[in-house]
Amino acid sequence: MARRSVARSLLNNLLSNKLEPCSRITASRSVTYMPRPGDGAPRAVTLIPGDGIGPLVTEAVEQVMTAMHAPVYFEKYDIRGDMKQVPQEVIDSIRRNKVCLKGGLKTPVGGGVSSLNVQLRKELDLYASLVHCSNLPGLPTRHENVDIVVIRENTEGEYSGLEHEVVPGVVESLKVITKFCSERVAQYAFEYAYLNNRKKVTAVHKANIMKLADGLFLESCREVATKYPGIKYNEIIVDNCCMQLVSKPDQFDVMVTPNLYGNLVANTAAGIAGGTGFMPGGNVGAGHAIFEQGASSGNVGNEKLLDQKKANPVALLFSSAMMLRHLQFPSFADRLETAVKRVITEGKHRTKDLGGHNTTQEVVDAVIAVLD
Amino acid sequence: MASQILRRVAQSNSSGILSSPANHHHSSFLPALIRTFSSTTPITATLFPGDGIGPEIAESVKQVFKAADVPVEWEEHYVGTEIDPRTQSFLTWESLESVRRNRVGLKGPMATPIGKGHRSLNLTLRKELNLYANVRPCYSLPGYKTRYDDVNLVTIRENTEGEYSGLEHQVVRGVVESLKIITRTASLRVAEYAFHYAKANGRERVSAIHKANIMQKTDGLFLKCCREVAEKYPEITYEEVIIDNCCMMLVKNPALFDVLVMPNLYGDIISDLCAGLVGGLGLTPSCNIGEGGIALAEAVHGSAPDIAGKNMANPTALLLSSVMMLRHLNITDKADRIQNAIISTIAEGKHRTADLGGSSSTTDFTNAICDNL
Repeated sequence: MARRSVARSLLNNLLSNKLEPCSRITASRSVTYMPRPGDGAPRAVTLIPGDGIGPLVTEAVEQVMTAMHAPVYFEKYDIRGDMKQVPQEVIDSIRRNKVCLKGGLKTPVGGGVSSLNVQLRKELDLYASLVHCSNLPGLPTRHENVDIVVIRENTEGEYSGLEHEVVPGVVESLKVITKFCSERVAQYAFEYAYLNNRKKVTAVHKANIMKLADGLFLESCREVATKYPGIKYNEIIVDNCCMQLVSKPDQFDVMVTPNLYGNLVANTAAGIAGGTGFMPGGNVGAGHAIFEQGASSGNVGNEKLLDQKKANPVALLFSSAMMLRHLQFPSFADRLETAVKRVITEGKHRTKDLGGHNTTQEVVDAVIAVLD
Repeated sequence: MASQILRRVAQSNSSGILSSPANHHHSSFLPALIRTFSSTTPITATLFPGDGIGPEIAESVKQVFKAADVPVEWEEHYVGTEIDPRTQSFLTWESLESVRRNRVGLKGPMATPIGKGHRSLNLTLRKELNLYANVRPCYSLPGYKTRYDDVNLVTIRENTEGEYSGLEHQVVRGVVESLKIITRTASLRVAEYAFHYAKANGRERVSAIHKANIMQKTDGLFLKCCREVAEKYPEITYEEVIIDNCCMMLVKNPALFDVLVMPNLYGDIISDLCAGLVGGLGLTPSCNIGEGGIALAEAVHGSAPDIAGKNMANPTALLLSSVMMLRHLNITDKADRIQNAIISTIAEGKHRTADLGGSSSTTDFTNAICDNL
């Protein structure tokens, strides 16, 4: 509540001062970033275009990076979603560079192939997945004031991949929850809230039914919450959470969830904020980070989008801005975000998921044109 | 495969849906067919008014049914105050027997007493009556404006197994395992019901919701069963949607979906999400289908002890659930009349209870519905 009225008075201030439209969006930085000598040396970033619309959107990012002269160069590797496992050279490259940008890897449904996305996360121990869902000016949605960050445990839970057939016609799947993993993702969530000036962390669970498993998750969250007394903490059952998300989404700030619920909540939150084509996200671990389109839904393999080259590059552009900040190039990140937001606000170049007819390339050109 | 199913069915004592593919249409509805044959003789139905606002909204239902001349006689049962040793819960054996005998029931909100040594009330009902499918139609009520105006879908959720089997254990300190079980029989049962429901209610599309790209064997088995049943209904379109894609599509464009069939956990989340789209649990009907054609309609909202006895409660959920019960009994003309009366009363906007933004009491609202019949 307080946040909204503060924002409104800020907006009134800005409007009354009649600032330029460009700086109205940035709210001009008065903080100067003082780099260490040598920080401007180009950093290597592993790039995995992936399959489906992946190559289209990563190409968009490459073009924009070149146009900005960002100190980043990409090491490209070609992986397809139906490979048996991630090639060792790709993993070595990510271990070396510490940062990776990924387009999208489509996992075949029901086949014998384990998901490559899950494999990457397990190998590199990327234990937290983050999706930032917020309303963008110029993007029509049914809900206002959405600004939710969903932090999801990424390695265990329902996606452990431990299934077996007991007798023909009866299949069991194990959901594993450990204190170690729950604690570290709760720690990351609170730390994120602290460093990004967020006021509330909500834990999403179903502990009334799965008393031991989700109960353990909640216990870990509660312990970490006591170490951050300045941040409010509450808990919500996952079905109630989804219901509240579609009716009153402004009550949520940062959400921390186990693996499966996080997937659903992130996609729901992305949907109410404007669609998965716009939400940035990434996977982070102790030593590495992979940035990708935030809430991935089924569109990676969407053939029609691919043929007509109408995939939406905005999500990956925002994710690459997050990546630039992670690499400590904040002004490039700001420039990129400002340019993309301006293109969306102007509304003249829209891809198919926004109801427009522009191709990916046209959107990218528009972004490059407004880069300053 | 079919012979295996027949053998398993012959071994278990459950009748009905799986007796043979050719009969499945008729076996679950034989009791109902017998009923409609003599639609003037009253049908007995069990009524559990429940706690909190339960008794008031149950009164509303009785009043509306009487005004509409519905041939239903109520057999009321209350939750006891002591644990019945035969059922290990506060629900008595007589209550359960009554539902088994009458084959239909209506249940108000029940507050599960906190404590140990007994099973939760919902769990007791589910296990004893073998309620395997939970059906929730969600449609936008004209006149009650939410952000979504064009919702018209039905969620059908498998109710007995999946992630809610309750099988958890601590492996070592700090490591907990929870089992998710999917069986062919349960998946086939719910898929059969879903397609049958779609056909009986004129629905064109059934979507199976899953996460089989990650949980390949469990959700894969569920999908296989759905595909098998889909082949028997060529006139109904069948599609499969991954759950995260489904959530996103539901909040962006709920008109894309028609009938959704899903395993237990996804069903829980998606059905509550859909309830949120149309205005919350206070307006959502729900019906549990059991083996042998048992139908237990229920109101899924809580017992709201804070407004109990104040004549403020909104009876819409229980009324719409009773309409579902009537449809199951094939008394469709009365069901339509009552449903239209409810919708037009809400649409008029003159009589609305507090949770819909109005100030009418429960009795005023009920009287308005009776007038609109």
